[in-house]
Amino acid sequence: MALAYSLPSNLAPSTVQNTASFLRIIALAFISGAAIASRLFAVINFESVIHEFDPWFNYRATKVLASQGFYEFWNWFDPTAWYPLGRVVGGTIYPGLMATSGVIYNILHALNLPVDIRNVCVLLAPGFSALTAWATYMFTKELKDESAGLLAAAFIGIVPGYISRSVAGSYDNEAIAIFLLMFTFYSWIKALKTGSAFFGTIAALFYFYMVAAWGGYAFITNMIPLHALVLILMGRFSSRLYVAYSSWYAIGTLASMQVPFVGFQPVRTSEHMAALGVFGLLQIVSFAYLVKAHVSSKQFQTLLFVSVVTIGILGTLGIVGLTYKGYIAPWTGRFYSLWDTGYAKKYIPIIASVSEHQPTAWPSFFMDLQFLVFLFPVGVVLCFRELRDEHVFVIIYALVGTYFAGVMVRLMLTLTPCVCVAAAVALSTLLDTYIDPRMPDTTDTPAPDTDRVSVAGATTSEGTPKKTKKDKTPAAEVTQKASINDFATGFEVLGSILEKDKPPRVAGLDSRIVVVGVALYLLVFFVQHCTWVTSYAYSSPSVVLASRNQDGSQHIIDDFREAYYWLRQNTREDAVVMSWWDYGYQISGMADRPTLVDNNTWNNTHIATVGKAMSSTEEVAYPILRKHDVEYVLIIFGGLMGYSGDDINKFLWMVRIAQGVWPDEIQEPNYFTPAGEYRVDAQASQTMKDCLMYKMSYYRFSNLFGGSTPVDRVRNQHLPTTGPTLDYLEEAFTSENWLVRIYQVKKEDSLGRDLKSANAFVEGKKRKRAKPPVRRKAIVASS
Amino acid sequence: MAPQKTATKPQTSAPASPVESLWKAYSDNTSKRLKFIDSFLVFLMLSGIVQFLYCILVTNFPFNAFLAGFSSCVGQFVLTASLRSQVNPENKETFKEVSPERAFADFVVGSIVLHFFVFNFLG
Repeated sequence: MALAYSLPSNLAPSTVQNTASFLRIIALAFISGAAIASRLFAVINFESVIHEFDPWFNYRATKVLASQGFYEFWNWFDPTAWYPLGRVVGGTIYPGLMATSGVIYNILHALNLPVDIRNVCVLLAPGFSALTAWATYMFTKELKDESAGLLAAAFIGIVPGYISRSVAGSYDNEAIAIFLLMFTFYSWIKALKTGSAFFGTIAALFYFYMVAAWGGYAFITNMIPLHALVLILMGRFSSRLYVAYSSWYAIGTLASMQVPFVGFQPVRTSEHMAALGVFGLLQIVSFAYLVKAHVSSKQFQTLLFVSVVTIGILGTLGIVGLTYKGYIAPWTGRFYSLWDTGYAKKYIPIIASVSEHQPTAWPSFFMDLQFLVFLFPVGVVLCFRELRDEHVFVIIYALVGTYFAGVMVRLMLTLTPCVCVAAAVALSTLLDTYIDPRMPDTTDTPAPDTDRVSVAGATTSEGTPKKTKKDKTPAAEVTQKASINDFATGFEVLGSILEKDKPPRVAGLDSRIVVVGVALYLLVFFVQHCTWVTSYAYSSPSVVLASRNQDGSQHIIDDFREAYYWLRQNTREDAVVMSWWDYGYQISGMADRPTLVDNNTWNNTHIATVGKAMSSTEEVAYPILRKHDVEYVLIIFGGLMGYSGDDINKFLWMVRIAQGVWPDEIQEPNYFTPAGEYRVDAQASQTMKDCLMYKMSYYRFSNLFGGSTPVDRVRNQHLPTTGPTLDYLEEAFTSENWLVRIYQVKKEDSLGRDLKSANAFVEGKKRKRAKPPVRRKAIVASS
Repeated sequence: MAPQKTATKPQTSAPASPVESLWKAYSDNTSKRLKFIDSFLVFLMLSGIVQFLYCILVTNFPFNAFLAGFSSCVGQFVLTASLRSQVNPENKETFKEVSPERAFADFVVGSIVLHFFVFNFLG
């Protein structure tokens, strides 16, 4: 067979093999290094700090675990969260993440490496991303071969869709969950391929780890049964499927119930019933196959088939019936919101209020995946070409994952591994075809593999690279050469070419160089894109902000920590701080003060109470604050600096959530102008101007502008020159850039007056010097 | 799987001869080793049925204990059934990479892990 370029011929096959596996190890090591290194931008640009909101709680819980041991952590009751209710932490979290870093911390200390627990937490996500790359390599290897595996590992290592959740300091459940997801899927595929209960057990163990680590485990709980069901429906039932699925389900389900937060859900809720149903179905089907093997009577087999179908239908009806009866809990709202995207906004505003629960915008697909977006469908189509059991899995995963990624921004994360795998399959098929040195068969060399192809050997001299590139061209030529009437032969040849046993061949070096060059260019550009996105978009800790000075140097805005440390050092240790729930974890993590609500969002009424306090007038809010022992109120205000994620922009959600509980007292339309606009300037509605949030945000704001019109730089609106006044609260602290403002709630007046008249009295005294008689009369009248 | 087996039987018992021929074919064509495994399967199934009936008729009070006991029956049943199909000479083509010895090792590992969780869940 002719070769496009010469290969060294004096190498023993074993040498080639050894070198190849050595190179693979080296490549994997470099990929892991790149995966870790690209996640360190956050540490280099800022510092080794825990990011965002949820990680602060995880970090705080890990500190408890590391300092007090596992049992204390397990039984930890946190009285400072959800004041005055408290929170049973051990039973309401997924402990996998904390346990992992606790184990790493203890191992390092046993080795006499005194690493700070904060650094373990900060660097956990980059470390696990290297493991994810390895797991993706193993998974893709099962699908195609090692070279595709390496590509997939490289993709998942640096793809922004995954980096966005796993930069250093992003100490969240997803940090380890994606590795567990990929490894569970790998063991499942492996178990299915070999039919080994051992790999089923491994899959179950990693499933257990996943259940302990992330609420997204339900994705695995439904993906694997779906795959099994599709295989059964495709008529691909085999004993291997039975072994793999049964061992995974039986052990995995029992194991998942060990996590206190999950409890009996696997036998009690609808989300888990699909897995149970497929488990039952597999038992019936495999029993039917067993009986079938012993009896060959046609009639008996029909009877068997009918009875299997009947039992299947009865089982499904049984599950539905139990759901109606109430033994099995129906789908929860969080799951409904995946099917009906408008559901959450109507019924559970708390879920809808989180920005990462919004539907994904188109540009973010490109931002997160870049050129993988258009390689992804090619990879899925290539899966159809082989269509072994594991390819079916990837196809289902691609369909389901794409849907979910379209519904919610945060579920982009579950799609990303699948995209990387499919894109790697596509790209490696392309490279295989164009790097493979073998030329297409010519007339003088009869094709050795099959007799049918010898007909195809008549590609003649017009075998230009452009034409042979496509599968169809040789096939068309073949049909011409062959007897024209004999369509059957033509289709047969076409089929044989489409099949894997005769992959398309490329002639000539020019087309090879062009295609491989373009592929390389895309890869290089992908790396550049990933690096750019990672360093500019995804590495911000959001606790520390950065801006550019006029000369281009970096300016760090550290208002959050400034304010939290102020709280920590200037307030009593049991002083309750009220804020919107977003900042609950940060306050308890950095300021170490009790909070009313936090990011756990388990108690809607409590959150609505805070929302009501923020959105009502001072007179209404004050009793609420006093009843909850609130001493300080913390708000985020971006109007001076142009920080768009501030509380005024989140305010409508507070109103909506409060309205959900008190529809008579809080009405969303009241906060809009008559024209239906959301404004904060002079045209704002009276309700808006009177509410606590507005007053706290713009209190003394106009003083900054020394008489000229104050401008809110987030909303680009001009405010009235006289700002709002506060009677029941007083300003306690405002950070450097006014990002965080803290107000102290005044105690009741010692003389028993309400604070408004007391304030008026104090001010009246001052005014008394100017105009005593009129003012005094007014106060007497009002009190 | 326990109820399924019992459910299939009554339907098929209408024509008496097929069931008889099934039984005959089974006892003729099955090796002693597989029959031994089958008897263990039947035992596990009966044990599971008894526990399930107890749960429905008497009480499900320590629900975790019931789940642990029942899951140990179900889990052991499917692991044993897996072992059975792996060592069955007829399935040699299906399980190319699993020799009978390997199958037994898998079975042991799976059972140990299963019973670790059962023990932990008994409470």
